[in-house]
Parts: sequence; structure tokens; C-alpha cells
Amino acid sequence: MPRVWSGAAVLVVVLALCLVLPQLYANQFLFFDLMVYLALAQGVNILYGFTGYLPFGYVGFFGTGAYGMSLAVLKLHLPPVPAVLAGGVAAVVLGLVLAPLLRLSGAYFAIASLAASQAVYYVVANPSLTGVTRGPYGISLARVYHPSQSYLVMVGVLGLTLAAVLYLRRSRRGMVLQAIRDDPQSAAMAGVNVVRERVLAWLASALIAGLVGGVFAWQISVFYPATVFDLSTSIMAIVFTLFGGTGTLLGPVLGVTVLFGLYNVIGVSEPQYFQLIYGALIVLLVLFLPGGAASLLKRRGIDVL
Amino acid sequence: MSCEPILRVRDLVKRFGGFRALDGVDLDLNPGEVVGLVGPNGSGKTTLINVVSGIYRADAGSIRLGEREIGKLPPHRVAALGLNRTFQVPKPFRSLTVRQNLEVAWRHRRRPGPGVREALEFVDLASLAEREAGTLNTAQQKLLDLGRALVAAPQVLLVDELGAGLGPSELELVADRLRRVAEAGTALLVVEHLMGFLGRLTRRVVVLNAGAQIFAGDLAAAAADRQVVEVFLGEGH
Ligand SMILES: Nc1ncnc2c1ncn2[C@@H]1O[C@H](COP(=O)(O)OP(=O)(O)O)[C@@H](O)[C@H]1O
Ligand SMILES: [Mg+2]
Repeated sequence: MPRVWSGAAVLVVVLALCLVLPQLYANQFLFFDLMVYLALAQGVNILYGFTGYLPFGYVGFFGTGAYGMSLAVLKLHLPPVPAVLAGGVAAVVLGLVLAPLLRLSGAYFAIASLAASQAVYYVVANPSLTGVTRGPYGISLARVYHPSQSYLVMVGVLGLTLAAVLYLRRSRRGMVLQAIRDDPQSAAMAGVNVVRERVLAWLASALIAGLVGGVFAWQISVFYPATVFDLSTSIMAIVFTLFGGTGTLLGPVLGVTVLFGLYNVIGVSEPQYFQLIYGALIVLLVLFLPGGAASLLKRRGIDVL
Repeated sequence: MSCEPILRVRDLVKRFGGFRALDGVDLDLNPGEVVGLVGPNGSGKTTLINVVSGIYRADAGSIRLGEREIGKLPPHRVAALGLNRTFQVPKPFRSLTVRQNLEVAWRHRRRPGPGVREALEFVDLASLAEREAGTLNTAQQKLLDLGRALVAAPQVLLVDELGAGLGPSELELVADRLRRVAEAGTALLVVEHLMGFLGRLTRRVVVLNAGAQIFAGDLAAAAADRQVVEVFLGEGH
């Protein structure tokens, strides 16, 4: 079977499961969160897996999307779906503002992106901006609350995200991004505009987080700044991606399914232990299993697409 | 050669902090000409290549490729205008196949040149086309570096210690290929410690010491030059 088709098959199966499982096991919130992490992990995957930048502040785009969506509903009176798109656009705008961070390398980028996300958080939560963002008092979208519609839109956003990763795995642009990750100097000498390609990957992953944040806001409809700018969201998305394996379609899906599953089985009562374990996991994975679980499958000849 | 130099470097200065790694370097390359660049470790040979290819920005001086000043251009623009290089420590795209390594360059080429297949055969890697580049040995990675540079169809090619670590038959291959590239009209700057290898390519050498040129002329004359000899003997002490 050509790999494009097996990739498309994975996409269809994941989306079908997301639609069917809540009917069998009536916990829509759980599956919604699962989709949130599936999409965020693929967003991290696009940036890290294809360019080598690890965005610890990734949640900044998620929170910006959530607030962009909410303000579009509350101030511009947009219907929810266009408001979600507005959330995505808001995250892309933030991505453009933060694009100069891509000049930094390695740990400096990771820390700077984390600091930037905290800066956005403090601006949004600032009491003197209560008139605009409602500051620390949070957002209520009760008027547009619609859990089943927002669930469906989330399935759509996830589908889009998986399709984007599939495209990158199969296309010329994906090959170029992988070349940049392997060696930016060689890529430049091969004629690649390294800065432009990185910025595009950065904006694509910002867009994904923004859209996901927007649908998330719609789904829960009442939230505080700390809810949508929670650093552990970044950490989890990064751990899931690294655990599963970057630069592939199936790796992050695998990582989210296994670790998010574990988290919900045993971690909900003792979340602090999980943060500790996940922190340690990041270090161990980067050092000893950079290809993640997917690389173990690959070694056994299993195609991880 | 009677024609205009294709590469003209004047008064090039590169500082790292307070340290002047390049301290006013001049260099001319004519089309089809091979110039050897020698000098002790740390004399600035790799830095010169990094600055000329746009990887580093010069602090002063000018670099002209044909009619164009390229000193302030990013490396992908320099490559597009026809200047390319290999790396002292080869830098393949490790997770891509050998063929894909050249495809990246081929898809971004701005000048008519060899195809991927042709370039792979030229550097003797056709039989490894589907191998992941990270699994190649150093010699093969160096040839891949050369192949990647050639796909961009350079007018000027800067080669950084391509011979180091190669066996006799690989050296033979590389010397032959570089000669053929020069015969086709590309100007070559060849950084090399192996004088025998260099002697098969050219008579004209430039000797660098502490970021400045101390000799330019015939290879044999360089070996007889007092200052050059001192610099090279001093290296061991
Ligand atoms: N990126 C850099 N940062 C600081 N110093 C550097 C850098 N690159 C080279 N140097 C210094 O510049 C000098 C010249 O180095 P290099 O050009 O690599 O020498 P060569 O290639 O002739 O052996 C050395 O002293 C080296 O330590
Ligand atoms: Mg060197």
C-alpha cells in the first residue's frame, strides 16, 4: 500500500475513533482532552520534529487562541466557528511577533519561548486590562456553549493537523525542513532559505495551537488565564511528542495515547508526581532515545509513516 | 588566465571577540583556476571559507563574485549566485538518503548543472543512493558534501580539507574529480594539509598565518620561503 494511503488510513481511523468512542464510553471531556493533546503534540512535532526547536512556551499560542476566540465572541459578536479561526489568527500574529526568537539556538530558544508565553499570560491576566480581557476574573462564553458542536469542530481541527503532518512527511517542503533540522548550514549552502522555512513551520505550529485553544475555550466556556496558560500543557505536549517519536505521523499519536492514557488512569489523583516524572522523561528521552518509541518500531521494520 | 577574476576578496577582517581570525586577507580566483590555501592549524583557513560563503558576516572588507558584492548576503543567496563549499567536518543531512541529500540542493538550484543521478555517479556514490546519509563513513560523507556542492553548479567552489582522512584510492578519485570540475571552468580554492595531494591539483598556493597572508606564489617556492618554513616548523613546538 503506498504510504500516502496508509497515512490517510491512519488519519481516518483516528478521527473515526474520536467520533465513535464517546458513544461507547460516555466521557466526552476525556476524549476532547485527548484530541487537544493529539493536536498539540503534532504542533510540537511540526516545529521540533522538522526544525529542531523545542518550544517550552508553546502553551502561549494555545492561551492566545483561547482568548482570541473568546474576545471575538464577546467583543465582535462572531459566531463560534469564525471566532475559533480568529483565535488561530491571533496565535499566528503572536508567532510573527515572536519570530525573532528563532535566531536563538537550543536551550536559549526553549527558555526565551517559555518567558514569552509567561509574558503573554501576565498581560492577559493583568487587572488593569479587565475591561479588555477581563483580567484575572476569567472568561465566560455561556451564550455560545455547545459541547457537541465544539467536539465536532475539534475533530475537524485534529483532522487538519494530522493532514498537515502527513503533507510534511510526504512533500518536498517536509524533506527540506528535515534537512534544516539535520544541518542548517548545509541546508543554506544547498540553497534553502533557512530563516523563511523555519518561520513558516513556526507559524504553522502556532496556528494549530491557536485553533486548538479556540475550540478548547468554546468547549469549556468558563475559564481563567491560568487555565489556558498552564505551563504543564506545554510540558505534556512535549513529553508526549518526544516519547512517541518526532518527525513522524504515528509517533506523537502513540505518545499521547500511551502517556495521556496512563495519566488518566493513575495520574489524576496525584498530578504532581506526573509532572516530576514527565520532567525526568524529557531529559532521558532527549539523551537516550531521541527517536522516541517510534524509533523502536522502525528498528523492527514497522513503518511509522 | 587573462580574464577578470570570478572571486575578488579585499581586506577581509573577521573578529571573534577581540581576536582577529582574519586580519586583512586579499584573494583573487580566476575561472577554472585552482588555488591551494595552506597554513598551520588556527591560521584562519576555515574562517575565510565561512566568511566568503556567507556563513559568517565579515567585520570589514569586500567579497565580489563576478560583478556582485556578496559580503552581506545570506548563504542561500550566495549559493544561488554560484559560490559553494564543502565542510572540513562533512555535514550531510543525516536522516535523509544519499539521493535526497542531493535532491534538496537540486530543487533549490538556480543555475543549470548536473542532475542528481549524474552528480551521484560523479562522486562515486550511485550504489549508495538509498542509504541513510548518517550511516556513511567519513570519506563517503565528504564525497556527499562535494556532490551536494556540485549540484548547485558553482562558479566558485571552496574545498575545506577534503583530502584529510581519505585512503589512497579515495584521494586519487577526489583529485581527479576536482581537476575535472576546474577544467569545466569552476574556480577552486583548496584548503589542504596534504602537500602531495595539493601538488596534483595546482602550483599556485597562498599561505596564511594568524589570519594574514604571508606568501602567494608557486608551491615549490613556498617550500623554500624562510617565513613559511618557520611558521610550519613552529607549529610542532
Ligand atoms: N566560531 C568561532 N568562534 C570563536 N573563535 C573561532 C570561531 N571559529 C574559528 N575561531 C578561531 O579562529 C581561529 C582560526 O580558526 P580556523 O579558521 O578554524 O583555522 P584553520 O581552519 O586554519 O585551522 C582559531 O583560533 C579558532 O579558534
Ligand atoms: Mg580548518
